[in-house]
Amino acid sequence: MYQWRMIRSATAILSFFSKASIAYTFVETEASMAAASFGVSSAAVQAVKSSASPLPSLPVIRSEARPISGRINRSRNAGKIATHAVAAQTENPASAASKPGHEVLLFEALREGLEEEMERDPRVCIFGEDVGHYGGSYKVSKGLADKYGDLRVLDTPIAENSFTGMAVGAAMTGLRPVVEGMNMGFLLLAFNQISDNCGMLHYTSGGQFTIPTVIRGPGGVGRQLGAEHSQRLESYFQSIPGIQMVACSTPYNAKGLMKAAIRSENPVVLFEHVLLYNLKERIPDEEYVVSLEEAEMVRPGEHVTILTYSRMRYHVMQAAKTLVNKGYDPEVIDIRSLKPFDLYTIGNSIKKTHKVLIVEECMRTGGIGASLTAAINENFNDYLDAPIVCLSSQDVPTPYAGTLEEVTVVQPSQIVTAVEQLCR
Amino acid sequence: MAKIIHNPLVLSSSRSAEKSESCCKLSGPTSFMSSKFLGNKLLSTNSATSPATRRSAAVVAVSSDVVKEKKLKSSSSLANLLITKEEGLVLYEDMILGRAFEDMCAQMYYRGKMFGFVHLYNGQEAVSTGFIKLLKQEDCVVSTYRDHVHALSKGVPARQVMSELFGKTTGCCRGQGGSMHMFSKEHNVLGGFAFIGEGIPVATGAAFTSKYKREVLKEDCDEVTLAFFGDGTCNNGQFFECLNMAALWKLPIVFVVENNLWAIGMSHLRSTSDPQIWKKGPAFGMPGVHVDGMDVLKVREVAQEAIGRARRGEGPTLVECETYRFRGHSLADPDELRDPAEKAHYATRDPITSLKKYLFENNLANEAELKAIDKKIDEIIEDSVEFADESPVPARNQLLENVFADPRGFGIGPDGKYRCEDPKFTQGTAQV
Repeated sequence: MYQWRMIRSATAILSFFSKASIAYTFVETEASMAAASFGVSSAAVQAVKSSASPLPSLPVIRSEARPISGRINRSRNAGKIATHAVAAQTENPASAASKPGHEVLLFEALREGLEEEMERDPRVCIFGEDVGHYGGSYKVSKGLADKYGDLRVLDTPIAENSFTGMAVGAAMTGLRPVVEGMNMGFLLLAFNQISDNCGMLHYTSGGQFTIPTVIRGPGGVGRQLGAEHSQRLESYFQSIPGIQMVACSTPYNAKGLMKAAIRSENPVVLFEHVLLYNLKERIPDEEYVVSLEEAEMVRPGEHVTILTYSRMRYHVMQAAKTLVNKGYDPEVIDIRSLKPFDLYTIGNSIKKTHKVLIVEECMRTGGIGASLTAAINENFNDYLDAPIVCLSSQDVPTPYAGTLEEVTVVQPSQIVTAVEQLCR
Repeated sequence: MAKIIHNPLVLSSSRSAEKSESCCKLSGPTSFMSSKFLGNKLLSTNSATSPATRRSAAVVAVSSDVVKEKKLKSSSSLANLLITKEEGLVLYEDMILGRAFEDMCAQMYYRGKMFGFVHLYNGQEAVSTGFIKLLKQEDCVVSTYRDHVHALSKGVPARQVMSELFGKTTGCCRGQGGSMHMFSKEHNVLGGFAFIGEGIPVATGAAFTSKYKREVLKEDCDEVTLAFFGDGTCNNGQFFECLNMAALWKLPIVFVVENNLWAIGMSHLRSTSDPQIWKKGPAFGMPGVHVDGMDVLKVREVAQEAIGRARRGEGPTLVECETYRFRGHSLADPDELRDPAEKAHYATRDPITSLKKYLFENNLANEAELKAIDKKIDEIIEDSVEFADESPVPARNQLLENVFADPRGFGIGPDGKYRCEDPKFTQGTAQV
């Protein structure tokens, strides 16, 4: 039977590749699970029939191949190993591999950035819950209270709206506060202050007052943290006029963005991700700042432009490995600046590849991807050979169950599928 | 530190208008709550506690020792006047400026020179004058949408405020703010907020900066912040959160409640479980003071103490000023809900007439001097209207100008240059 023949050949291929990369196995089984949930089977069959893919019989997109269920259990372990593989992949061409530098974890890079800025400018202060004595719930401000005192690293009571407003008032009168939301979701309570005051006061005061605040915190889907701690809120803030939004993804750009955000005269919202705090990378010893408005070229390529940010960058890079093995050459850009978009880097890429895939963790409805799709269509419609494909997370509150949580966000196998479809 | 003053006498409202007695006789909440005009409302909404019970709960206020001392001292004679002639004239002028300005606003609104939501301050001038005239230029004031007079008292020229209301580019916020968003960096007016309660955290932040400058930057800083807000705001979360933080860190701030008993059409008594707002101060560890907000001298006395406390680093104070607005909530409010008898009652307690009476009775000023001030103010107001009329409207290129302090925030366009470098940007025709 057709199916059995394919599975047999697939098994052979898999055993060949399993020695090459464990992450690869993860991709396979994840894909089948994902495909099962999303009912991609019809498209899957189509893709199987297509001749563009060099390995048409790979069960990447199979939903019927239940014998793979045996491998689903293995995928759990493979999932854990894949995380390490992700960490190892952060050898970023932009991280100045030529210089010796020092190795840091991402949260340490953020702390270095904070500390350097606090050292440089005595008006920089931190407001947040548990930032002082506790050192920050993700240890980003560890040790800073001992060094700079309780007033510069202020442990606030649990009153997000008010202490964010306090940061606005302090910024208006000369300080440069960094507000930490213990989780980005808590900043929903501060939405009034962020939208009306942070964003608007420079304008409504006719330019008299600047609000140089940085609002930062971890967001995104973690490991079974439940719906309210796993929110993807970039979309909620993006319409606020007057603020800039950036998302960090590597220790290098985390430190650079933190410093740039603190130095910026505009209010900046810096999105970090709960699962990325332990990424390790070698970053330069000397001081550096990264531009708040520019995107980062992660992997140059020719066939397709993949735009992503934050954690999805790693899913994309994982998928890129698969794609490269399949013969594709994706260009991966970490957009970093969620508001405003760096249309120059993005545009140049589109002019080269003519196909765009957006991979994001944000919600489908009104998300960053939706805005980006609109912006690209407006500006680069002539250069597109195919409609923009946008892979976002599902419009659901993040479920607690691990299986459901995994399929809430975009998985590398979906990315591979999408690229294959785009490049047909 | 804070003592409860038990005043067994039921103070009738007329007593509070008497300037010859001690100005620090803090009129109890009973004086306005027991007035017959509100009696009906009390009965209908609070069947649990009868008015009689309320009347007997005559705890006046919790206030600091200094105020109490002054009360004892000056109750003896009229010799210790509360203000000098110069001070009296300054207060008078400021209140007349506020009143005349607001009346002119109403006229201009009905003539179609300004639009939107305009909230007038008629009747509450004593609070603004009483507090703000004690401040230095570096002290900050944060207000609500009813902010014209706060800006004027703080020193923002009437011309700039009127221009702002007309939406002209010479306004204090270049016409971008409007009636509800009066800002002035020069005079440290930190707004002007449309949502109630929104300004209180901002004020707390400004007070925090003052403390930070003193303790971290080691500057010689004793700047104080005043946060003005209404009775409706006192049921809002931001109010309580900021009371907590201000008391916790002993921030140099004074929370001034302009309790005019009405939040648009919602009576304070119908929306608040315990209408005595000053009581909420001690709950957070700061003194709560109730003062007759229709009497500028009483307000000034309390303000001196509260601002002094803040300057000395002793922490925040909550001051509840019993006041009243003679007009509706805004110029769009028909003001049909309030009892005309209540309005008439408070009209007899007009702060300007009270101050006038005090000045005459104590021979601090005569009719001619006050008339001269009236005339001067009229001229200022006329001039401000003329100025605003003649000022240019904002040009189109002003639209995107102050969205970002650093205009690179508009991002990089497809051509690789920052959008703000695009010449079309300044013409207001660029697409972002």
